Amino acid sequence: MADEELPVIARFEVRRRSYLAPDGTVLRPLPNFASDSDILISLYRGMVLTRAFDLKAVSLQRTGRLGTYAVSLGQEAVSVGIASAMREEDVVLPSYRDNGTLLWRGTKMEEILLFWGGDERGNLSSGPADDFPYCIPVASQAPHAAGVAYAFKLRKEPRVAVCLFGDGATSKGDVWEAMNFAGVHKLPVVFVANNNQWAISVPLQLQTASQTLAQKAIAAGFSGEQVDGNDVVAVRAAAEDAIAQARAGGGPRLIEAVTYRLSDHTTADDAARYRPPEEVQTRWKEEPIARLRAYLVSQKAWGKSQEEELAADCQKQIEAAIERYLATAPRAPQTMFDHLYAELPRAYASQRAELSGGSDA
Amino acid sequence: MPEVTLVEAINLALARAMEEDANVVVLGEDVGVNGGVFRATVGLQQRFGAERVIDTPLAELLISGLCVGMAAQGLKPVGEIQFMGFIYPCIDQLVNHASRLRNRTQGRLSCPMVLRTPHGGGIRAPEHHSESTEAMLAHIPGLRVVMPSSPERAYGLLLAAIRDPDPVVFLEPTRIYRASKGQVEDNGEALPLDVAFVLRQGRDVTLISWGAAVKETLAAADELAAEGIDAEVIDLATLKPYDEETVLASVTRTGRCVIVHEAARTGGFGAEIAALLAERGLTSLLAPIARVTGYDTIMPLPRLEQRYIPSVARIVAATRKVCQFS
Repeated sequence: MADEELPVIARFEVRRRSYLAPDGTVLRPLPNFASDSDILISLYRGMVLTRAFDLKAVSLQRTGRLGTYAVSLGQEAVSVGIASAMREEDVVLPSYRDNGTLLWRGTKMEEILLFWGGDERGNLSSGPADDFPYCIPVASQAPHAAGVAYAFKLRKEPRVAVCLFGDGATSKGDVWEAMNFAGVHKLPVVFVANNNQWAISVPLQLQTASQTLAQKAIAAGFSGEQVDGNDVVAVRAAAEDAIAQARAGGGPRLIEAVTYRLSDHTTADDAARYRPPEEVQTRWKEEPIARLRAYLVSQKAWGKSQEEELAADCQKQIEAAIERYLATAPRAPQTMFDHLYAELPRAYASQRAELSGGSDA
Repeated sequence: MPEVTLVEAINLALARAMEEDANVVVLGEDVGVNGGVFRATVGLQQRFGAERVIDTPLAELLISGLCVGMAAQGLKPVGEIQFMGFIYPCIDQLVNHASRLRNRTQGRLSCPMVLRTPHGGGIRAPEHHSESTEAMLAHIPGLRVVMPSSPERAYGLLLAAIRDPDPVVFLEPTRIYRASKGQVEDNGEALPLDVAFVLRQGRDVTLISWGAAVKETLAAADELAAEGIDAEVIDLATLKPYDEETVLASVTRTGRCVIVHEAARTGGFGAEIAALLAERGLTSLLAPIARVTGYDTIMPLPRLEQRYIPSVARIVAATRKVCQFS
């Protein structure tokens, strides 16, 4: 029973940010950083490298030289745009698909391949030492982000935790519990919901009846913003804003980046089982790389020769990384005990010895 | 030396740890202003501030997940789960993150956290407040599972758990929170983890227990002594990883073993000890191993809980049988 005479005690709004249309034309005045074409070109390079690397990883998997791999095809603007707004000393908590984020922050391609190729040493990562590795149990990294941010706040360090997860993750309590706590303590954390429309085979409308994912922040007491996740300018601008606010003590924010998973969920998935190819074809018209390229070309900041040079450069880097990955010998079996605890308990010495062929070495 | 209860010893250890290391933070439901539902954290927030003694929202998964994030950043979080019956939302964090963060990053990140929770029955608490599911946790590689059975060990082992560079689940025997009293010198000295404590030396039979059941086990040893049976009593104290050598050395000497735990029998941690003795101590055994445990039932509500918890009489009877076997 809605009584219209009862006073309204709360009203909320969710805004959407986008600058570049799918054809690269400008929808509204661009943010300041976009006047620097070097920045835009670096974002472009980051996205192109991520896509080329992803595609190569798939071919490695198809030829039996890599394990299951989660491709970020079509979502490069989210992982690259977010990473580009972070500082080295910030901490990222990525999901398993944020390949572009890791690459941008300095993880080497051979390290990513090593991890998905079945070797924990890939997570040693040449990126910032405090960054978290890929999180595979969906949403479970969100409370870590709140814990990391709490540590920053307690120690009065001007650092920000940035947590990426997918649309499916927003259905889990983990994300809610983390956002709720971050709201209570105004923690320096930015949550990023990469809304790629599909959680394996389950479409967004079966995930939630919520009009946006961004509004899920509102109940936690802070704002959420939706951005066009295929517009890297919008993603970066939203991330810059949110990260600056968090760093200044203004508390958390949720960014919902609306994009589309152009690929299968992983190499172990066949998306043709559950979604029509026409849908995917349509979404290809909105993908982020062609969009930024169109803008850069329109600005005379990019051309055919640069494109060819970049493609060749990416291939060269990737081939070299693959060589290093394939040349990495498996670690010795007994090393599976080496980082179980800081110091191996006496109780497990004999098990380790068994793996090392009887000697305790 | 002042005499304190087990829960007061917990409080002393928490205060000592917070005093000596600014990275130690305490978090959980009602741990701040209220001092915890058992008063384990009483006075800490007044002394160390609300930033280090955090009244969290009512969300157990969050508490354990925050601990992982804080610990990866170099804090030493001590999370409290109000009763063990509410620890289950934390299992994802314990299995998938806390226990393996060091390994999956090959030592780049680590997880020096403690998750404390009251364990076991016997205090006439409502449903879901009285279970003993330590074996489930002890099955997780990369974790430590510790359970004190006296104020001295509560103080010394909790300090050790907080200082330990790896994750520890610290199970506190609710039933003897106040019933167990002892002299504790608040000197900051930790007791060793991964080590069992021989509480009573004996020649005839080894009784192995942990947590609140140690109380009945010691009482049983007294009764048995009156019958001329000289029982050795071992408090396992750390279940993961446990002190195999102390157990083996004792049973090798006595040739007989009774394992006492409050948890249900099947897959209980007693089975692990029995397996160890079968593998490495069989030739020393003079009698079958006996287990005195909770039953393979749901932990009953308070009207029947004392019939579930191993009694002195059950321990005495089982031990007598083991000692009469020839």
